[in-house]
Amino acid sequence: MSNVDIKPAGWKLIEVGRVVTLRSGPYDGKLAAIVEIIDPGRILIDGPSTKEGAAVPRQPIQTSAVSLTPWVIPNLPKASGTGALKKLWAKYDVDSKWAESSWAKKREQQDRRRNLTDFERFKVMRLKKQVSSTAAIGNVRNADAHSAYPQS
Amino acid sequence: MSSVEASTKKFGNGERTVPHPSQKARKFYPTEDVKQPKKARKTLRPHKPRASLQPGAVLILLAGRFRGKRVILLKHLKEGALLVTGPFKINGVPLRRVNSRYVIATSTKVDISGLDQSTLEKIASPEYFAREKKSKKEKGEEAFIQQGEKPEKKQPTSQRASDQKAIDKPLLSAIKNEEFLASYLKSSFALRHGQKPHEMAF
Repeated sequence: MSNVDIKPAGWKLIEVGRVVTLRSGPYDGKLAAIVEIIDPGRILIDGPSTKEGAAVPRQPIQTSAVSLTPWVIPNLPKASGTGALKKLWAKYDVDSKWAESSWAKKREQQDRRRNLTDFERFKVMRLKKQVSSTAAIGNVRNADAHSAYPQS
Repeated sequence: MSSVEASTKKFGNGERTVPHPSQKARKFYPTEDVKQPKKARKTLRPHKPRASLQPGAVLILLAGRFRGKRVILLKHLKEGALLVTGPFKINGVPLRRVNSRYVIATSTKVDISGLDQSTLEKIASPEYFAREKKSKKEKGEEAFIQQGEKPEKKQPTSQRASDQKAIDKPLLSAIKNEEFLASYLKSSFALRHGQKPHEMAF
């Protein structure tokens, strides 16, 4: 019982400073930080992003209505005001971290795909076929090249 | 108005006004009320097509023999229908009238500025698509005898074919300019797995 290695849990926690994305409603897909935990089911969030149309007003929200991101604004005081949070938000580059993440990129691609017109959908289908056929030709050529060598 | 004016008549010393016979109160009234017909407040309004149905737009047909085909809208007809063409050479859809309710308008446009307007006007007239009337002779005895036989297959008239060519020619050259557009028009529309038409953009 002497050498028990205790590690902190690897999962994301609902904690003050945690950056979350909203999952529904008028601010769907936007970023906010947890400012205060009201009760086990609800949190107070605030999204002071300076990016055009990305701000989320301070509001209480159900924890089930947000998704936790891997980023936490460190040492954010409990119930800090919007101004203070805004400074820290800029300091820790939350917006650019989000923009670089594969999560954001995937979401952007999904949005773009969802809003394609009928003709654009058709073009995507055709181009995909082209790519896969050229890949298949490449594979066949590679296979031929391999078989050209005598097996020993 | 002198005919309905009341006249004055003398009776002994006095006089009194007597209304014109047509103005007199009726002696008898109907025992039951006569029902008044309901006034219709609806008016006939001219056909107003959806804003997305602009001439030159690519449409997806949803009903009829050519359902699923992608066609080009040429003109709105007076009777509220749409005049479309495949073009015939690409997807086999001839010059045809379709109901605007049974199409999806896409945002794709084809340049129709090169269309021959006089030919288009001719096709747009309601007589152009009218059914040929059978002559009396065909309806008579001979037709009765021929009932059992297979009717001769109707061939498109050479006039129709030449009109089709005249309309399609500028369209085909416009379609050629854009990559994938010809094969897009050739393909037919279908919903694939997980696609919800009310959530899709066209």
